[in-house]
Amino acid sequence: MHANVTSFGRLGSADHEVLNAAPFTGGHNLLPRGLGSSYGDVCLNPGGTLLQTSALNNFLAFDPVTGLLTVEVGVTLGQIQSTFAPKGWMLSVTPGTQFVSVGGAIGNDVHGKNHHALGTFGDNLVSLRLLRSDGQLLNCSRDENEAMFRATIGGLGLTGLILDATIQLQPVAGAYLDTETIVFGNSKEFLDLSDSSEPDWQYIVSWIDCTSKHGRGLFMRGNNSADTRVPNVKVGGPTVPFTPPVSLINRASVKLFNEAYFNLNRMKAGVAKAHYQSYFYPLDAVQRWNLAYGPKGFYQYQMVIPRQGGKEALDEILATIRQSGQGSFLAVLKTFGQTRGPGMLSFARPGITLALDFTNYGDRTEALFQRLDRIVLAAGGTLNPSKDARMSREMFQLGFPGQIEFEAFRDPAMSSAMSRRLMGW
Amino acid sequence: MRILIAGATSGIAKECARIWAQSEGTELVLVARDTQKLAAMAADLRVRSPKVAIQSFSLNLVDPAEVADLETRLRALGELDVALIAQGELTDQGLAQSSAEALAKSLTVNATSVALFAELAARIMESQGHGSIALIGSVAGDRARRANYSYGAAKAFIDTYVRGMRHRFAESGIRVTVIKPGPTATPMTTALATSGKLASASQVAADIVSGISGGKSVVYTPGLWRYIMLVVRLIPQPIFDKLNF
Repeated sequence: MHANVTSFGRLGSADHEVLNAAPFTGGHNLLPRGLGSSYGDVCLNPGGTLLQTSALNNFLAFDPVTGLLTVEVGVTLGQIQSTFAPKGWMLSVTPGTQFVSVGGAIGNDVHGKNHHALGTFGDNLVSLRLLRSDGQLLNCSRDENEAMFRATIGGLGLTGLILDATIQLQPVAGAYLDTETIVFGNSKEFLDLSDSSEPDWQYIVSWIDCTSKHGRGLFMRGNNSADTRVPNVKVGGPTVPFTPPVSLINRASVKLFNEAYFNLNRMKAGVAKAHYQSYFYPLDAVQRWNLAYGPKGFYQYQMVIPRQGGKEALDEILATIRQSGQGSFLAVLKTFGQTRGPGMLSFARPGITLALDFTNYGDRTEALFQRLDRIVLAAGGTLNPSKDARMSREMFQLGFPGQIEFEAFRDPAMSSAMSRRLMGW
Repeated sequence: MRILIAGATSGIAKECARIWAQSEGTELVLVARDTQKLAAMAADLRVRSPKVAIQSFSLNLVDPAEVADLETRLRALGELDVALIAQGELTDQGLAQSSAEALAKSLTVNATSVALFAELAARIMESQGHGSIALIGSVAGDRARRANYSYGAAKAFIDTYVRGMRHRFAESGIRVTVIKPGPTATPMTTALATSGKLASASQVAADIVSGISGGKSVVYTPGLWRYIMLVVRLIPQPIFDKLNF
């Protein structure tokens, strides 16, 4: 059947043929798709076919001694968390939304607030089974088909259809985290806090006020709590009911929101206890929040820049955004740990990462991105493909030299809007 | 509590099984055509709820002889508390109009097979004197329209069947429920689910499980469909004929 499909950023929609991923009978111009929560075009294949994995949603096996969980590829991270938290286990790595399939988490080699402690999703992936369009079924792990394993982690869905995967969960006492929120006044304070907190805190993330002069923000660190309670929490609160005619996220509302958010949280700073739902997935509480950016949609721009010279580049980036009058409520800052993501195309690497949402104002927004690109490139940084919808092919080649090795592991039948844009096919 | 689920591997039934499996002392009796899917479903339920007891029967759900044979095996298990009859397939209306074979298959799966299983459950529950039977109908059965009346007519058949059974068991301890889901995100509706917002199968399943335990006669899910269909049923036919949906 055909359907009009868009991605989370809602920058445009296009006609796709949509099929259930299983049974998989080959074909051409195919792309596996999970929940479509990627912001940009990594999950789109206009004019081609999407292999929808949502029906592949079985848990296959769990070992309560080792914490190894085998699941089909369409199982969502939210289902894993809510099923296993009461059993004393949670995901080792989770991104900031639980509306992500395991296949999407592997294909984008996602990271979370604990990269410095446990690495990326791929670092906690033990094995996977990959079905290629020629009918070959490959068992991939660090010991078997190791190169295909590295190609598929962060492989943007281009190496074939992942059927199932075995991941390492981490033991927890219950559903809570002990957290501490600390106000910082500028990027140096942020970096000092990061360095001093990393040894003792598994989760670290910061919100930064992208409208403020010096880059003030809130540094939030947390550890799994010894609290053993696992209350049932209903996921999802208010819904954005429809797409407003213009973006609600504009210069005035961003300034107001950031001022209010900073001051409210400054008063609440200090130690607290938080349920994992509100700590890991604060935005999941507002259903369809992506509609608030209006009919033209929005971009997420996530960069990573090396620590060497990173502070200066970060200050320049924040000043450029402030002067542009664009930018958003959602500016997220953190430092990656010392390891690179295990995939040939993994984004995570040592350095500072900043992610911001921008309303799509067309040329004005693209002009800002090009200014930011130059600063990121000059600093030796790159952008996150799983968020991207517009970086140049040159920028991708500079940031992801592994793509030369990756090319040989692509499945000839798999293609996406992003692969055609950044890799030529 | 022993629960029979026919058409167990369908998207909605599977989510119902996941909810029921969480309760202590649940024994699930899963019936479906595809042996592999049944095995995967049983493994999934055991990972989620290690204490759940599961029996699986793979058979052709439209074959009266196989259904009769299943009855013998079910009676050997003991009493049956709940039966959810969930088999069904989305019918391509155009195909149903052009192909006698496609139409016959659709009506056999969506109507005949459902009735065979409803009577099977009724016979067992009648002899034990209690139980709950739930059949999955659809909002599509509430008013026929040109886009899907072959499917809708089969679902209306289920609605009528439930009314009759409810009348038959009015003075007994047996409850009969018709479930009427709106469009739900399942493998049956993948393309639609990808482009828009359909109710999730787990949300619909939660409504079904609570509707059955509450002994409701009719469960619309999501609940809003009760009012939508009330309005749709009230539209006079001359006006309805001019509407394009």
